[in-house]
Amino acid sequence: MFVPSITNPVGDFVREWVPKLAEYLPASIQSDTLNSIVAFLINAVICVIAVCLVNIGSAPILIYMERKVCAHVQCRLGPMRLGWHGTIQTIADVLKMLFKEVYAPAGVDKFVFFLAPLVVLIAPFMVAALIPFGENLVVADIDMGIPLIIAINGFGVLAILLGGWSSNNKYSLLGALRSGAQMISYEISFALVLLFVVMVAGSTNLMAITQTQSGTVFDWWIFKAPVLGFIAFIMFFITSTAEMNRAPFDIAEAEQELTGGYHTEYNGTPFAMFYLAEYIALVTNSSLAVTCFLGGFHAPCIGIAAVDGILTMVPGVVWFFAKVFFMIWCYMMVRWTFVRPRVDQLMSFEWKFLLPLNLLLLVAGAAYVALVG
Amino acid sequence: MSEYIILSIFLFLGAFIAAAATVVGLLLGYRTRKTKNKMLPYECGMETFGNARIQFKVGYYVFALLFLVFDVEALFLLPVMANYKEIMAGNTALSPVVVVIDLVIFVAILVSGLAYAWKKGILKWE
Repeated sequence: MFVPSITNPVGDFVREWVPKLAEYLPASIQSDTLNSIVAFLINAVICVIAVCLVNIGSAPILIYMERKVCAHVQCRLGPMRLGWHGTIQTIADVLKMLFKEVYAPAGVDKFVFFLAPLVVLIAPFMVAALIPFGENLVVADIDMGIPLIIAINGFGVLAILLGGWSSNNKYSLLGALRSGAQMISYEISFALVLLFVVMVAGSTNLMAITQTQSGTVFDWWIFKAPVLGFIAFIMFFITSTAEMNRAPFDIAEAEQELTGGYHTEYNGTPFAMFYLAEYIALVTNSSLAVTCFLGGFHAPCIGIAAVDGILTMVPGVVWFFAKVFFMIWCYMMVRWTFVRPRVDQLMSFEWKFLLPLNLLLLVAGAAYVALVG
Repeated sequence: MSEYIILSIFLFLGAFIAAAATVVGLLLGYRTRKTKNKMLPYECGMETFGNARIQFKVGYYVFALLFLVFDVEALFLLPVMANYKEIMAGNTALSPVVVVIDLVIFVAILVSGLAYAWKKGILKWE
């Protein structure tokens, strides 16, 4: 029998109303099993629609935001023509993308070429299903949260390697190989930092990790584990930037060296899928940072009852997305202010600095947990 | 259980959306004749020579091997770390001292592996 998974008011509402509506059906096909299956399917559809809205809806907003942040960092105005301050510019860009020709150049492995954009979108959507957006707002509240996220992130590397190899273009291949080496190297630090969070929080369930941070700002893991939490947060920031192939770690698609990197040969909507995946990954990685370090959907209470009363009146989802957009803004500022390192500097930074530091962090965290509890 | 059923839906959701977008692009996009210049790889503007799928340097392979070691390490540490707090609080049948000694041995072997690779000069990118 199905155990209802979506434990929030919407899910309960569906489960309550499906049996009531089923009474109008002929008595011969009524059954509790059918009711629970139908309720489950309706809930699943609601989940799918909600996650699609959050993911696909956020991409145009983020592209607009990135262009504006970039412009203002460089003392420009950015898009200004279409709509108020260029707000509908990205919608026009999406329409333009839809009407571009989709074709594979000569010498391309067609099957793999069109498979790569499909694979690249798998990871961000699955991670989005695991993130607790609010008190009851999580699609799949499973105990395997963190290991599953580490595992799914591997799909990103796979898609880039598929796209780069199939393109039959030297720049694409070079970009894909560089990106593969970079992403698997930084994935180790990514996993080890999440391991630190698992250790101090004592759980791999993302909802449980969020619940350990309830209370004031100083109960968030960035501050709760003194100094260590902050170091872990900075390391998560660095490694997730590298995981997303964003500047300053964007050697995979360094325009000045490799024209476009692994997606040089792509055009039309398949290219748009790579772009979309990049921005959804920005949302999911920021969400992960917020969940693990910045208290998830908890309000930033400061311990004064009067202020906290007002802060907690705002729903958790709002706090969650406010923090996520703050994180995204940080990623964007880093992208437009730092310069890109060379490929050998990038690799030695990971293997000779981040990884030893990460192991030290784990040891220090183990000592902290053993002593303080 | 039902969580995993929903997750398996999400496993195909992204791929389905990408496939739908590709089909929409194929239907809506305008088409031009496939001339020789259009089908050329986008490289330098010159005639391209040779195949792009060449054998590439072995350095990448060594990094992949090292990655495998450390990622499996993270995987092995995960169940211990998830219960580490409980073990240290003495709520389990395991003795905290023994667990710590085991962890130290485990991490020491890995660190010595990294140190060996470092000393051998494998980590140097050239």
